[in-house]
Amino acid sequence: MKITERLPSMLKNNMYAELAKRNLKRQSVRTILAAIGIIIGVIAISSMGILGNSLKLSVTDSFADIGDKLVVSPAPGEDYITDRQVDLMRKVGNIESIIPVSSSGEVIEYRKDGTTFMSYVSVYSIGKDDLEKLAKLDQGRYFKPGSTDCVVGASIASNLELTPGQKIEIDNTKLRVVGILRERGLGFDINTDSGVFTSAEMYDKLYPDADEGYDTVIVIVKDIDKIDEVADEIEERINKKEELVTVFATNLITESLDDVFKSISLFLMGIGSISLLVAGVSILNVMLMSTMERTKEIGIMKAVGASRKDILKMFLLEALFLGVIASTAGAILTIAGSYLVMALVVKNTSYLFTLSSMFYVMEGFFFGIATSLVGGMYPAWKASRMKPLDALRYE
Amino acid sequence: MQKAKSSPHPKSNTGSARKSYPIVQLQDVKRIYTLGNNKIYALNGVSFSIEKSDFVTIMGSSGSGKSTLLNMIGCLDLPTSGKVRVNNVDLSKLDDDGLTAIRRNNIGFIFQQFNLIPTLTAIENVEIPMIFNGASADNRRKKALEALKKADLPLEFADHKPNEMSGGQQQRVAIARALANDPPILLADEPTGNLDTKTGHNIMELLKELNAAGTTVIVVTHDPKMEEYAHTTIRIQDGEIII
Repeated sequence: MKITERLPSMLKNNMYAELAKRNLKRQSVRTILAAIGIIIGVIAISSMGILGNSLKLSVTDSFADIGDKLVVSPAPGEDYITDRQVDLMRKVGNIESIIPVSSSGEVIEYRKDGTTFMSYVSVYSIGKDDLEKLAKLDQGRYFKPGSTDCVVGASIASNLELTPGQKIEIDNTKLRVVGILRERGLGFDINTDSGVFTSAEMYDKLYPDADEGYDTVIVIVKDIDKIDEVADEIEERINKKEELVTVFATNLITESLDDVFKSISLFLMGIGSISLLVAGVSILNVMLMSTMERTKEIGIMKAVGASRKDILKMFLLEALFLGVIASTAGAILTIAGSYLVMALVVKNTSYLFTLSSMFYVMEGFFFGIATSLVGGMYPAWKASRMKPLDALRYE
Repeated sequence: MQKAKSSPHPKSNTGSARKSYPIVQLQDVKRIYTLGNNKIYALNGVSFSIEKSDFVTIMGSSGSGKSTLLNMIGCLDLPTSGKVRVNNVDLSKLDDDGLTAIRRNNIGFIFQQFNLIPTLTAIENVEIPMIFNGASADNRRKKALEALKKADLPLEFADHKPNEMSGGQQQRVAIARALANDPPILLADEPTGNLDTKTGHNIMELLKELNAAGTTVIVVTHDPKMEEYAHTTIRIQDGEIII
């Protein structure tokens, strides 16, 4: 209780703090110049970090996958995945669901403003429940098994200006669009945005000559950390004698993307830290000049009872003040500046106020303070080691 | 005028019985500076002792070694050989922190140039030694005001910076600063050197009063007129005591 009550007055009456404040004020132009160095350094580090992070976020946002899926395809030389192989997969643990898919490429023609366009689509045969696991509906409903219903992806719908109830023609067969999927972005499993989904019965009617099995089997795992084990087990069970299927883990891509962006961020921040290094040298210079100028004062302080530790504390506090004030200014300017740039240029500020972007601001902030302290350390040490008599005589 | 403070030796560290000892004691103290190939004997075997509550002037012309002597007593300099004891502590056995502690607790310095910190106000200058002594802020302010009163500085100057005060006023602030931690010893190096005769006289009167209250006062000067304030005079010439 007592401490907390007294803390504000303790801070207010702390003469070390007061001394540091006044000494910084005494050479205000020099202090401001040193502070600008730190501010630029902090801005450079944190804005480079934010830049890298925003880049990463904008790229990863365009991918639909969080990487909890395995895509099993026929191995080179194999035509399809058999039901028996799918059954083998079902024996593997840690699997949420297994989604066998057959697909064919199609070109749909459509007219817009008097011109005929062609849209490349994939027609998928998929279970109704399985489709629900891969994509969400935007409008309408899912198809009924055995009907001529179909569900189309978002980009097809917008290209063809489709609404539920309309019909599309594939291979002279008319399909009724009953639902439109929500846009999902680029996926590594199937491309839902440009897909036409229909029941197995309808698919068989469309392509009576199609292969018996499936073109792809999508395996959703329960625990993303176990994804490699599941992949290995599927391969072990199916590819006993010869390679029949290949298993591709979608997290591989997100993982390597992560690595790429980590190095980009690191590189950008490396550039930023050069300016902080320069700032550190300027702090060193300012503080060294300050100790020289105040040699006599240090002598007086020592004569009236300041120990080495006291002097060290005084100078380090000064450097700390400078660092905290400049770093705070740098952090605020970074956030304000990034907001402005993002609002004006990208017109989307959502990437700025994410935890990861703020992390870079904090990183810049702490680097700024650390630089200031490191720059102030040698001058402080030098001041503390001065002999009182020599310091007193200094004019 | 302020009344004398109760204890003249608040920090004397007599462990056992109240055995009396000189507050300052020098034994065959030599201080040799080497300049190139030349050896300069600033002090050449000085021995004397100063009793508690004495008022001592150390007289000598410039270059006589009197300031060196004062620096020895004030723990700002260590002898090349010989022993200096302050308040019965052998300084040669102390490290930097130990010497700092002796300075902080036993000695108040008064300089010819006043040596106030220009960025700080009068009262803040007085607070400085107490900061290093770890006094609380409230306590510091209170004691600094007391010290300023004791040094006869008109209190409206308490919040003035040194450059807003006259030489005499600055020296009073310096004296108040020297008194801040209630040291048993005041060391003054030509305290009136930068002051006119009348102000100088007032400052010496002040030191005399403080001495009457129990503080040991040691003044280094080349001015023979200072002798009249002192109980004891030590004359030094070419690094040796001549009387």
